Amino acid sequence: MFNPVKSIADLKIGEKATICCFKDEEMSLKLLEMGCLPGTEIKMSCKAPFGDPVCIRVSGYALSLRKEEAATIMIQQ
Amino acid sequence: MKTSAKIALIGNPNSGKSSLFNQLTGLNQKIGNFPGVTVDKKTGVCRLDSSASIQVIDLPGTYSLYPKSPDEKVVMDIITNPLDASYPDLVVVVVDASSLNRNLLLFTEIRDLGLPLILALNMLDIASREGISIQTSVLQNTLQVPVVGINARTGEGIEDLKAIIHTSLQKLPKPALQLESSFVNTQALAPEIVSGIKERFGVHNDYLAMHYAHQGKNLAFLSNDDKSHIEQLKQKYNFKHSLLQAKETIARYERINLILDNAVKKPDSEEKDNIDTRVDKILLHPVWGYALFLTILFLIFQAIFAWASYPMDLIDAGIAAVNEFLKTSLPESMLVSLLTDGLIAGIGGVLIFIPQIAILFAFIAILEESGYMSRVVLLMDRVMRKFGLNGKSVVPLISGVACAVPAIMATRNIDNWKERLITILVTPLMSCSARIPIYTILIALVVPDEPVLGILNLQGVALMGLYLLGFVAAILSAWLMKLVLNIKGRSYLIMEVPAYRMPRWKNVGLTIIEKVKAFVLEAGKIIVAISIVLWVLASYGPSDKMEKAETTVKLENPTLSGQALEDKIGSYKLENSYAGHFGKFIEPVIRPLGYDWKIGIALLTSFAAREVFVGTLSTIYSVGSEAENTDTIKERLRKETDPKTGLPLYTPALAFSLLVFYAFAMQCMSTLAIVYRETNGWKWPMIQLIYMTGLAYLSALIVYTLLK
Repeated sequence: MFNPVKSIADLKIGEKATICCFKDEEMSLKLLEMGCLPGTEIKMSCKAPFGDPVCIRVSGYALSLRKEEAATIMIQQ
Repeated sequence: MKTSAKIALIGNPNSGKSSLFNQLTGLNQKIGNFPGVTVDKKTGVCRLDSSASIQVIDLPGTYSLYPKSPDEKVVMDIITNPLDASYPDLVVVVVDASSLNRNLLLFTEIRDLGLPLILALNMLDIASREGISIQTSVLQNTLQVPVVGINARTGEGIEDLKAIIHTSLQKLPKPALQLESSFVNTQALAPEIVSGIKERFGVHNDYLAMHYAHQGKNLAFLSNDDKSHIEQLKQKYNFKHSLLQAKETIARYERINLILDNAVKKPDSEEKDNIDTRVDKILLHPVWGYALFLTILFLIFQAIFAWASYPMDLIDAGIAAVNEFLKTSLPESMLVSLLTDGLIAGIGGVLIFIPQIAILFAFIAILEESGYMSRVVLLMDRVMRKFGLNGKSVVPLISGVACAVPAIMATRNIDNWKERLITILVTPLMSCSARIPIYTILIALVVPDEPVLGILNLQGVALMGLYLLGFVAAILSAWLMKLVLNIKGRSYLIMEVPAYRMPRWKNVGLTIIEKVKAFVLEAGKIIVAISIVLWVLASYGPSDKMEKAETTVKLENPTLSGQALEDKIGSYKLENSYAGHFGKFIEPVIRPLGYDWKIGIALLTSFAAREVFVGTLSTIYSVGSEAENTDTIKERLRKETDPKTGLPLYTPALAFSLLVFYAFAMQCMSTLAIVYRETNGWKWPMIQLIYMTGLAYLSALIVYTLLK
């Protein structure tokens, strides 16, 4: 079984990954709503100075989230 | 067709909903409040053709029917309650065609509630630029609602939309019925509770019944009895809110993706966002990003201070001319005085700020329209978070430089209540434009007009210092409140970042009108009302000295005549009025700060609006009406001596103590009123008043004691 250890917060600009699951239930409801579904491909598109918040491409639009929020979205690459 | 049918616009934030609202209604807009909450309610009238017109309601933007803020809750409250005054006959769901699957989530939810719908595909131009092609007819067949392509920015397709609204309204089905096919089978998700609620409340729609369970406690129209019944049902059937919401959302996206597979063709490559990515690399750069932001801030301040002064001088002169005309053409009486010195002076005090507010919101609207404002939020979030604020607090703090009233209204898009409250509480510490007259005259009095470091002017540096002081006080207070306030709630910044685009000037114009209107109505009525109260306090007194003022002054100063005599009488009257007595009454309290009872009067009168301070001083030192120009007042203040020591009263110590006092003190009724409205009670405005006055008093005391 695949063991998710990496989260979106670990991606570099331009890197792609597929969402695998969430670490935080409350946050996951909000993220699901915004189109971050397990199995969706995302791409790290930009980062604010010092890497926080970050900005990802998902479902055809740009979504920004804080690094600690990004860290609740586990990925497989 | 129903007369005055109601249609509601619903959509995600940034879907172009407000642009569409502007296209449909133009200037026929009214901004009010939804009952009981401080959420803007925008309604307008739209003419469908020469004979028919409809009422349009622009509901707050939301991503789903699971509300996370008071704004989003309004949407839920209205569309789940057929008895609500705003319940629409027809809903137009506005979606951003360039990110259709996320936008359709809300659409399927509203569709499952059984409301009659039209789907408006907005931003098709952006979608096609990104290589996305949407087959509207396929979409229309699968979704089983009318689908119309529009461009809310250019007005393209608006006539088609109006025609479809017109025909749809003529064949309205009965609302809130169970649909033959819904996007998600609610019955399967939570069968028992859905049946239980349908039975008890007579609800026909499964999905609506499930929302009774999800939102139970929060639905405004349910009685306490109903709410506790729902709670019992939830207990009984072990209703798992989060799990069901997650399951439902995932099921919806599965359906949406199936539908879109047939109706939408998307390119595999993603060339399109590369330009934005490259621009973002510069605009979010640790050096260039901040440098550009600072440059824009500088430009905004330059505009507020330098460019706005021309229209402001015109308004000032206009009001003075009207007053002068009324005073000379009408017989002298208390009523004329009330009209000119009370009412018109009060209205003038409101109108004078319109240019600055208009210019500031022109900039903010352009920055928001172009997509840059979201980048500012990203740039500032990390720093602001340390102080208990949010990236989104930047806009209110900048706006506070013009006026705290619209600034505090701009805090509404901060999701987290604690961060929003802190932003509301500290924004009035930013030096607003009403402080400028006080700053200028006192600085001119005690700071020499000479160059420093070759290019800077010492007076300019002092003024800048006061702005910086306000900003530092705001930031540090925020940090203090972050530690002290015990409010739970998770802070997050999950935010859509819009693509860069050219601003639409029509939207910019309408934003300016909206903000100016809000300021005039919100702040205006309070400033005018307080001006009248203060006029009464300054025109009447407890003893008969007021009536005998003229004879007394003439007796004491037999040589005076003309303007000088009138000024002396005015000053004598003010001293013996209620305001004068108040000034003497509070003198012991303000004495440690270096102020005498005359300044006490000015502190009282400037409570309506700070800029009244200078006007009161000119009356009290009987420089009279000729003293419109600063130099006269300045000269007069310089001559004022302390009766106890015989030395000049306006020493640098006193002036700096006053400057610091005005930088920090609340001294603004309109701000208190707006905070009352935004926080739904007197608790926070009172805390804010006490905090700011306390901070002002202590700081002024320290400054005076150190410099004395």
